[in-house]
Amino acid sequence: MSPIVKILLFMFSCVLTNNYIFSRFLGCCPFLGVSNKVETAVGMGIAVTFVMALASLFTYFVYYYILVPLSLTYLNTIAFILVIASLVQVVEMFLKKSAPSLYGALGIYLPLITTNCAVLGVTILNITEGHNLLYSVLNGTFGALGFLLAIVLMAGVRERLESAKIAAPLKGFPISLVIAGLMSIAFLGFSNMFAGVA
Amino acid sequence: MEQKTTLKSVFLNGIITENPTFRLVLGTCPTMAVTTSATNGIGMGAAATFVLVGSNIVISLLRNFIPDKIRIPSFIVVICTFVTMVQMFMQAFLPSLYSSLGIFLPLIVVNCIILARAEAFASKNTVLHSAADGIGMGIGFTLALTLIGSIREILGNGTIFGATVFGASFKPMLLLILPAGGFIVYGLLLALFNVAGAKAAGKKEAKKQ
Repeated sequence: MSPIVKILLFMFSCVLTNNYIFSRFLGCCPFLGVSNKVETAVGMGIAVTFVMALASLFTYFVYYYILVPLSLTYLNTIAFILVIASLVQVVEMFLKKSAPSLYGALGIYLPLITTNCAVLGVTILNITEGHNLLYSVLNGTFGALGFLLAIVLMAGVRERLESAKIAAPLKGFPISLVIAGLMSIAFLGFSNMFAGVA
Repeated sequence: MEQKTTLKSVFLNGIITENPTFRLVLGTCPTMAVTTSATNGIGMGAAATFVLVGSNIVISLLRNFIPDKIRIPSFIVVICTFVTMVQMFMQAFLPSLYSSLGIFLPLIVVNCIILARAEAFASKNTVLHSAADGIGMGIGFTLALTLIGSIREILGNGTIFGATVFGASFKPMLLLILPAGGFIVYGLLLALFNVAGAKAAGKKEAKKQ
């Protein structure tokens, strides 16, 4: 198989079959917390994509060029979370100065991203699955796009739910979780999509 | 005497009134991801409890030294230290649990329960109270994870802690072991706890009147 096809397959599988929310349970907190409106969901999704792509890139260098030579690989969790936290801070300051309108739209989501487990998750998965630099960045970018897809879909459903009649105990989180479960079943349909090709 | 009763209430607070999983709905990712079996639930709960108690104590000790502006990064570094310790211990002594918890072990760092307790409780209270809060919250989290894990294991695999529950004729509902089952079981349990909470609140009102 040509490398380009391989990369394309990898990109699609990040978004659909290995969706971070529905098959790996990473990033559930913002997925449930910020999915009230489609608009905010899109903002959060884009901010996460931005940070996740950058985090994959930076942690790759930190791990292979700093931690491995110094044989401090057991410090990867602490190193990665610090990289992510400072990255979020830098992105925030950069956007504030150079793109105030974008900052206005994404600013409030940025601090939340530090504790988004999908971001730390993707950087650790890149290492444990032994991805090279290209695949790490692709994993970060397209994994985040899968997150964007999931959170926007969820927000669309929840906007409709506001006008629906729901039994009192199910209101809020419980019904959202059940809906997420049903969406996850739908995403199961993709699970063998690339089995024949890859 | 007063100190004692408050310690007890702080401890019970985490288990019942502010159960992190069913009342505060924090730390949802590990709640659903690792609870495919009861054993995993207990393992994850114990690891999180250790980190919670350790970080609560240390943060409470340092609460007067940490400048307000950099408190969140400082909290994360403290939490991360304990997570790395748990990770190394588990890898050495419980390798099978270590591999089944997988990536969710390092991800305890970004578990919102631990950061939330550091920020909301440990940074404002004495060491003893923070430790009690950590133990209470940890036990509440462990119980919740074990409950979800047991339900999913019994119905999805026909076993509990690895022992078969039903006869050979039982057809397990595979769905509950899959990610979708995690969402649905957790959602329905939350609804049940809402019903129970509303009933308890109603009884209290009735008593007052």
